[in-house]
Amino acid sequence: MSHNSLTSACAAVLRRDFTLIMRHRNDLINPITFFVIIVSLFPLALGPDPSTLRQLAPGIIWVAALISTTMSMDAIFRSDFEDGTLEQMIMSHHSTTALVMAKIFAHWLVTGFLVTIVAALLGTLLHLPLKAIWVLQLTLLFGTPILSMVGAIAVALTVGLPRSGVLLALLILPLYIPVLIFATAAVNNATLGLAFNGQLYFLAALLVLSLTLAPIATAASLRISMG
Amino acid sequence: MSQLEVNGLECVRNDRVLFSDLNFHVNEGQLLQIDGSNGSGKTSLLRILCGLSLPENGDVLWNGEPIQSIRQEFNQNVCYVGHTNGVKHDLTVLENLHMNTALNVQREDVQSPKVLSRMGLTGLQDVQTRYLSAGQRRRLALSRLLTNRARLWILDEPFTSLDVAGKKLIESIIEELVQMGEMIVYTTHQAVEFTNTPVNSIHLNK
Repeated sequence: MSHNSLTSACAAVLRRDFTLIMRHRNDLINPITFFVIIVSLFPLALGPDPSTLRQLAPGIIWVAALISTTMSMDAIFRSDFEDGTLEQMIMSHHSTTALVMAKIFAHWLVTGFLVTIVAALLGTLLHLPLKAIWVLQLTLLFGTPILSMVGAIAVALTVGLPRSGVLLALLILPLYIPVLIFATAAVNNATLGLAFNGQLYFLAALLVLSLTLAPIATAASLRISMG
Repeated sequence: MSQLEVNGLECVRNDRVLFSDLNFHVNEGQLLQIDGSNGSGKTSLLRILCGLSLPENGDVLWNGEPIQSIRQEFNQNVCYVGHTNGVKHDLTVLENLHMNTALNVQREDVQSPKVLSRMGLTGLQDVQTRYLSAGQRRRLALSRLLTNRARLWILDEPFTSLDVAGKKLIESIIEELVQMGEMIVYTTHQAVEFTNTPVNSIHLNK
């Protein structure tokens, strides 16, 4: 009898999700393109004045990041739910929590992590000073995993419903408010040359909180959706 | 000795009682067929047996313990092939097999070429399963019968979309498993022939 370790099971889930994303590049490209387009619409609407754009940049980029993450969230479990591979994961003797974490990580790498990278470019577009761009990326690096993990709970709860698009946004977006507040405050402070480490600590604390609790809640929600 | 025991099971869907006060047990080497008309709760029963959904009332016991409290041990011993095959359309046959290997306890000396040839899927290992026929996908899903190590098999309509040869093949694999002392619970609407294995059956009435 050959037992496979939990680590290799998680690695297999991660590899599988990457393979699937690479075979469906639209799922990879659409959210990030959406993010870029939303942000680049603002200078057109607000006018090219650098001081206005600089002032609004953190809010614009973060709200666009929230919306593009929310839109991409549904894909994390839906197709697995529909073709029965999700129930095979739940029926596995490996911890559902750990397998779910691998799935969330794969999802974050192709959404939140890409957003973090592209944000540098968009920050420049909106005339953010270099120092603030670094802080913006740092807040995204801390913040987008929180978005993926909290979003995963809501997706797990609604995956059994035939169409969950708007409901999902209504469930998720209010939960993203604390992240939005601390992240934009940190970037604004950095633009003004003020201290921003307090906000970063808060984001880090939220990250640890969601890292420890969200996968458990997601696994439990998936079980509920199965029933 | 492993045993699956069901006590006073009741299932309610959409305010309708599908079945109630259902009692039975399955011992090693037993084959149990769940009969009933469409909508009588066969799939619901199977999903309750594997712990995917919860019954309204009653318990499912594995070796005397409620399955919800020994989930990990129970999952190590049970394999479920549902209505949905649990086969990813965008992955190849081989990638689907590997995924199954990573998630479940495997039998010793399982070799994928052998498994594929027995299931009649030779030559298709690098084909994405979206290009397979429904019957071929069913065969791939049922290849778990050959690769996974389980004590209890829960098969929901295993013969759906299979051709005559495929049905014979699955029947003979099921018989082999039963002879090895494994337990099988399945549903079907087709006439099945097991030459040297007695079939117990349960009728779910509306």
